[in-house]
Amino acid sequence: MSALLTAEGLHLHFGKVAALDDVALEIHPGEVVAIVGESGSGKTTLLRVLAGMMAPQQGQVLYAGEDVHAMGEAARRRLMRSDWGFVHQNPRDGLRLRVSAGGNVGERLMAAGARHYGNIRAEATEWLKRVEIDPARIDDMPLQFSGGMQQRLQIARTLVTRPKLVFMDEPTGGLDVSVQARLLDLIRALVAELGLAVLIVTHDIAAARLLAHRMLVMRRGQVVEQGLTDRVLDDPQHPYTQLLVSSVLAA
Amino acid sequence: MSAIRTEGLSKDFTLHLQGGIRIPVLRDVDLAVAPGECVALAGPSGAGKSTLMRCLYGNYGAGSGHVWVSHDGREVDITNADAREVRAVRRDTLGYVSQFLRVIPRVPTQQIVAEPLMARGAGREEAMAHAAALLKRLNLPATLHGLPPATFSGGEQQRVNLARGFAPGYPVLLLDEPTASLDAANREVVVALIAEAKRAGTAIIGIFHDTEVRDRVADRLYEVAPLQDAA
Ligand SMILES: Nc1ncnc2c1ncn2[C@@H]1O[C@H](COP(=O)(O)OP(=O)(O)O)[C@@H](O)[C@H]1O
Ligand SMILES: Nc1ncnc2c1ncn2[C@@H]1O[C@H](COP(=O)(O)OP(=O)(O)O)[C@@H](O)[C@H]1O
Ligand SMILES: [Mg+2]
Ligand SMILES: [Mg+2]
Repeated sequence: MSALLTAEGLHLHFGKVAALDDVALEIHPGEVVAIVGESGSGKTTLLRVLAGMMAPQQGQVLYAGEDVHAMGEAARRRLMRSDWGFVHQNPRDGLRLRVSAGGNVGERLMAAGARHYGNIRAEATEWLKRVEIDPARIDDMPLQFSGGMQQRLQIARTLVTRPKLVFMDEPTGGLDVSVQARLLDLIRALVAELGLAVLIVTHDIAAARLLAHRMLVMRRGQVVEQGLTDRVLDDPQHPYTQLLVSSVLAA
Repeated sequence: MSAIRTEGLSKDFTLHLQGGIRIPVLRDVDLAVAPGECVALAGPSGAGKSTLMRCLYGNYGAGSGHVWVSHDGREVDITNADAREVRAVRRDTLGYVSQFLRVIPRVPTQQIVAEPLMARGAGREEAMAHAAALLKRLNLPATLHGLPPATFSGGEQQRVNLARGFAPGYPVLLLDEPTASLDAANREVVVALIAEAKRAGTAIIGIFHDTEVRDRVADRLYEVAPLQDAA
């Protein structure tokens, strides 16, 4: 089985800061890969470069064999509608705030080609249920929702079109601990059920252990260690990974 | 052909946060286990038995040497295989019952046990039924099957862990102190499960604190000798 997404030799500097310093990775269909590392290590930059939202200064990103940064804006937008999903840390960056909850989900379906209003509404209702939002709130606006609900709505909006590859940037970042656990559990179940490939940035090591098949550890723009999640966490080799693992309780 | 074998397996730990101190644990381990055979790892506490077992599962990397697992008609070196291949070996061939259950929040017991069966292609109903039967055999009351095991006692969690490990009928099964917190009746169940697995051709490597259990299930012992601390 060949890789869905492959990146090689990625470099991106902001002035003197190396946000990406020779980063390579690949992700296969159905594979969940966590990217962990301290704040400022380049995780968000990496996701944005892989998803074609930002160009690297050097290096290449291939999706299904096609160069993501050479394909042009229209082709990239098409990919974003059909094959990819992006879950932002702040749900407000991924939702349309002036559109109802049902509209947020339905809109993605329409962008992907759905036309029949009844079907779209039925599917939106179904997805609200799947992310544990009361379908009675289908016509409410996202701003009437709590942070955790907004994040679940963003996930419904992203997954409704059944993308092959989903990028998630600290999806539980701004939420209360109890809300985080529920959200993670939901992500875990949906990802397994839909067989999605996921690249998830998180600084929650326990969450990474729960969700990810494989893990990349970033520091100062470099991937310092990577491999099977349980091996990286239980037998860390790099000094930075040992520090990271030792500073969490029973992850 | 062995079901699982090591070749010159060595393992050190380097503790970078403790000034880079090196702890040598395994040196040139050559161990081969045939289908249907049960080998017990022996040696004092701290000798490296659990470390060896974790290396066999690919949970720990190897410093040098190989761990060959017969999988899908060939031998896969767990120490060098990529993450996806290790996952495939674990799904189809290699089971591991760790000392402590790592619970997944909100997932009910019966589903925890059924999941590895479904991952190997069993239908949901069949997998859930098999899980329930095995849990029952391990004397875990049906009232608990629908609950996540987070609040269970140590012994109950261990039985969930055992059910999960035995359910799929892996060709190779690793057991780290499987009877440590069990009462006599459940110990007997585990002894019987091991005997059945062996008859079905499973190669078993176990660590047994209980020498009576060990002598009943093991065909031979493999001594893990403590290494001298050499900095
Ligand atoms: N648009 C930008 N302009 C200038 N510096 C940036 C920009 N984006 C990120 N950086 C810098 O690049 C480094 C990596 O940032 P980021 O990818 O956001 O890290 P992380 O997500 O791991 O916290 C940081 O030092 C950050 O300040
Ligand atoms: N992840 C680890 N990091 C560092 N040292 C470890 C790790 N795992 C085991 N060890 C060390 O390896 C040695 C053997 O431990 P272990 O394999 O648990 O022994 P046994 O199971 O025989 O009691 C001990 O000194 C232990 O501290
Ligand atoms: Mg970030
Ligand atoms: Mg031990």
